[in-house]
Amino acid sequence: MKDKHVKRVDLIFEKIECRDVLEKIIDMEPDAICQEILESDLKGRGGAGFPTGMKWRFGSQEESSIKYIVCNADEGEPGTFKDREILDQVPGKVFCGMAIAARAVGAKAGYVYLRGEYKFLIPKLNEELAKFHRTMDEFNQNFRIQVRLGSGAYICGEESALFESIEGKRGEPRNKPPYPTTSGLFGKPTIINNVETLVYTVMIMKYGASHFKELGTKDSRGSKVFSVSGDTPKAGIFELELGMSVNEFVEEFGDGDTKAVQVGGASGFCVPRKRFEETIIGFEGVPTGGSMKLFNSTRSMYNVLHNYLDFFTEESCGQCTPCRVGCQQLLKGVEAVKRGDKNSKYLDELVKLAKTMKRASKCGLGQSVGNAFGSIVENFKEEIIY
Amino acid sequence: METIIENELVRELANKHGRTRESLIPILQDLVVQYRFLSKKDMVDVARELDISAADVFGTATFYTFLDTEVRGKYIIRICKTISCAMKGKNEILSTIEDILKIKLGETSSDRKFSLLEANCIGWCHKAPAMLINDTPYTELTPEKVTEILREYIKIQ
Ligand SMILES: Cc1cc2nc3c(=O)[nH]c(=O)nc-3n(C[C@H](O)[C@H](O)[C@H](O)COP(=O)(O)O)c2cc1C
Ligand code: SF4
Repeated sequence: MKDKHVKRVDLIFEKIECRDVLEKIIDMEPDAICQEILESDLKGRGGAGFPTGMKWRFGSQEESSIKYIVCNADEGEPGTFKDREILDQVPGKVFCGMAIAARAVGAKAGYVYLRGEYKFLIPKLNEELAKFHRTMDEFNQNFRIQVRLGSGAYICGEESALFESIEGKRGEPRNKPPYPTTSGLFGKPTIINNVETLVYTVMIMKYGASHFKELGTKDSRGSKVFSVSGDTPKAGIFELELGMSVNEFVEEFGDGDTKAVQVGGASGFCVPRKRFEETIIGFEGVPTGGSMKLFNSTRSMYNVLHNYLDFFTEESCGQCTPCRVGCQQLLKGVEAVKRGDKNSKYLDELVKLAKTMKRASKCGLGQSVGNAFGSIVENFKEEIIY
Repeated sequence: METIIENELVRELANKHGRTRESLIPILQDLVVQYRFLSKKDMVDVARELDISAADVFGTATFYTFLDTEVRGKYIIRICKTISCAMKGKNEILSTIEDILKIKLGETSSDRKFSLLEANCIGWCHKAPAMLINDTPYTELTPEKVTEILREYIKIQ
């Protein structure tokens, strides 16, 4: 019998005494904290997967009396809902992670950027924040956090757009470089991390990098919180060890008739049944911020693609032409092919356009529209045409 | 000379949040809590209060879906239209609401009590279909359940 690789983990939601971790890290040298996180091989859980320890070290090396820690709680990727659950269940651990980052780089101020759709969490967060600040006082630490609310713009999850939004402006992404560790919020060195990433740093400081590294694979260490939805009898939030194949995932979560899994939301990749076995969920295969959507054979992949393109057309900030016009044209294009106004060869033109968008767009939104587009069109061409 | 009529609420909000550019969005968000949308006059008054151009205020507001610049009802219903909710019967929920409130998608009822809108993923895919009424999420909706929920809102004077 094949051994099952879907292994449940309980690090993120484990109830712990954050004070103990805080007490420990306050006595540590900032560089030792960066070193521990580096050794864990933790990669960002917000989607891009940048090594967290490296980010923190870059931030710590900047000469500036003002630095910021930002927690990205904008969670707008279709199919992701784990950050909401983390903030609801263990908000103290999120603040604790921010305090660790603050100690590591020498920051005194932090922001949590919470999407407007999660406003209902505010009373609870404020209550927890008051507790957190009391603990900071007790330990003579001057790090303070404020919560900022988004107002319904997916693009504000992109880090530089998020900074613009906190600064009171339109959430339009900036050019990179400079990167946030050099020039982020208010032009100051800034560490921005996803909610889940921050909680893992707490667990790494608590149990040690080697404990964290025992889980996962060489390229994808540790575990990850997955948001599972679509055609599944087990929709919900699951923390799983990294390194499983899509096949193993489907065996656990599928309804017996899974024809495709969209890994990483609308900006991620569609994996068809014939690739389940060979595709690893993680940085060596298909990366994901945690969104896992299952589709069974009753679903039209044209509808799925159309839904995603509609999403991007609305959420593109409109700042750069390849993305603004590209999204509209992809949407119009698949509609025209479906109606029969354009023949199937036109799809190849659209795939080329999506590739151009990947190269020419200013930020990750326009650059990743082609992921879903290319992988759905390639694997489900008939469903798009007929 | 132009006489400036004091806008008490805008002044109060500027006192609360501050008068730097960074305060703009929190002020606009609080105005939306109060009136459910941003009127031209309020935006001009905010601009004056923060000493920035009205075009900047308008430009910022119109970027954000939740900073509405069109008249909205007291209760804004936003039904999620992204894929999981679309797959799990969002359209049925939408037409149930349209029937009950006698308004179409995008409209506001004549008594300005309800507005009916769609939203992109609101983060409840595992409990689809879902919607927000102002800040409150409602999940695993069925036509019966949504009828029940709306009945409660209709009762509120
Ligand atoms: C269009 C777009 C939307 C994004 N949305 C989010 C988001 O909602 N939450 C998040 O943590 N990261 C999001 N990101 C990634 C952030 O830009 C950034 O990489 C991340 O917050 C870094 O944190 P991490 O290293 O801990 O993952 C988004 C990126 C793009 C291009
Ligand atoms: S790629 Fe799209 S979202 Fe990003 S800056 Fe360009 S228009 Fe805006």
